[in-house]
Amino acid sequence: MRGLNQIATDLPVLNTAALNRIQTFAGGARLTLTPALGLLLIACFAASIGVAQAQAASGHPSVLATLWKWMPLILKGFVFNIAISFLAMAIGTFFGMFLGLAQISLFRPVRKGAWFATHFFRNAPWLVLLFYCMFLLPFKFTLFGVTIPFPDWMKATLGLSLPVMANVSEIVRGAIQSIPTGQWESAYSLAFNRRQTLWMIILPQGVKRMLPPWMNVYCILAVGTVLASVVGVQEVMTLTGDALSAENRPELLMPFYGFVLLLFFAYCYPIARWTVAMERKYAVKI
Amino acid sequence: MSKEPYISVKDIHKSFGKAEVLKGISFDIAKGEAVCIIGPSGSGKSTLLRCLNGLAEIDRGTIRIGTHNVHEIKTDQQKIALRKDVSMVFQQYNLFPHKTALENIMMAPIHVLKQDKQEVEARALALLKKVRLDGKEKHYPGELSGGQQQRVAIARSLAMRPSVMLFDEVTSALDPETVKEVLVTIRELVDDGLTCVLVTHEMGFAREVAEHVYFTDQGVIVEHGKPAEIFSNPREARTKAFLDQIL
Repeated sequence: MRGLNQIATDLPVLNTAALNRIQTFAGGARLTLTPALGLLLIACFAASIGVAQAQAASGHPSVLATLWKWMPLILKGFVFNIAISFLAMAIGTFFGMFLGLAQISLFRPVRKGAWFATHFFRNAPWLVLLFYCMFLLPFKFTLFGVTIPFPDWMKATLGLSLPVMANVSEIVRGAIQSIPTGQWESAYSLAFNRRQTLWMIILPQGVKRMLPPWMNVYCILAVGTVLASVVGVQEVMTLTGDALSAENRPELLMPFYGFVLLLFFAYCYPIARWTVAMERKYAVKI
Repeated sequence: MSKEPYISVKDIHKSFGKAEVLKGISFDIAKGEAVCIIGPSGSGKSTLLRCLNGLAEIDRGTIRIGTHNVHEIKTDQQKIALRKDVSMVFQQYNLFPHKTALENIMMAPIHVLKQDKQEVEARALALLKKVRLDGKEKHYPGELSGGQQQRVAIARSLAMRPSVMLFDEVTSALDPETVKEVLVTIRELVDDGLTCVLVTHEMGFAREVAEHVYFTDQGVIVEHGKPAEIFSNPREARTKAFLDQIL
């Protein structure tokens, strides 16, 4: 497997301390992307092109021309990353909602079980979960005589959706528990039952508070989709690596991976800014 | 009072952990009567009200309200049936902030009582008018003053057509000027003959509106009687000391 160690140490998603900081909406920790960081990235990218150009042996096409040549492939990989992130987010959010609701169940075993699942998947390294999904799930399964293939990218998506699910679970639980108990009591006093209170009164208020941390989880997931390269999915890191192997020019390494970094920044930056704006808007006045 | 009391509370006890909050409280309230419960903070007044509509469970004793034997309630269905009859208004209003004033009032009748939406809307508008908030139906709670919010909360409870209303220090969070508008609203309900149990620190109001006043301290009823007796001529030293402090 190509460069497993290097990839494993470079990834932000493996920083579990950082992950734990996005505990609930209340934490307010986020992927901190500032305009200055963007300018710095662009400057580094430009510098790396300059350095690569200086190192390039004569007779090779220029660094920019080479990057341009491979751009469609790299972008195609990037779009695949985004697709994986959408799907993993959808699956993780769907199951995370249920897990979060189970965490506030009045039935103790359900509550404890959901708590355990949430904390297990939230604290397990993403890469470990990914490997489990890759090697434990079948590559196809047969339903009513129809064989449905289950390709690697689907397994990777499922693997990435597990930590998303756990984080969404905590976001849902945190948002529900942040609604003042007076809301429950006044709803109960109007003869609403628990289910009605939750769905008509508590959750509609909680959704606003869930959105910013949910988008923050999405940013981290989007960046984390590159983990799928480790298990051989043809996403942006894999394809960039393929391009570099084909060129066999070591000086291209920095500009090419720098370009991938810029792609992720360009994608996540607006989302992060939007999240910050939303947090301000929905900030609880104390 | 010759007829059977509508609310009958007998020797109720309630503890939170080791702290015993209610230590044997008994009283009867007739239908259509307005009673005030006064007393220092921490004397168990709010807990007492919360026991009446099942938000808190008592450890010992009996509570009967109409046909509901509150102390025997086990299931959610029974609690819901009780709360359809016994409504409560809170110190902090607790309006639903994501719903307009009108929606706040309409929600429970539509979703709990399953009443017709048009009919409920007409009633809700009439109630808003009754609490002098006509024209505010599209406003969200955040756009209303404290006094206005509390009146919406009262209208919201009234929309359920309860037979008993519990008021838990409903003016304590309001500034002095808006206290009056809420008290006017409550007085009208009392005049309409609604059975009301009020926990209050507004002694002037209690004196004027209540037919019976209970003074509680440290989880027991120290003294009760007609407001004129309690306020002008308290028998117990504790009552006298309390009234001297705040009047």
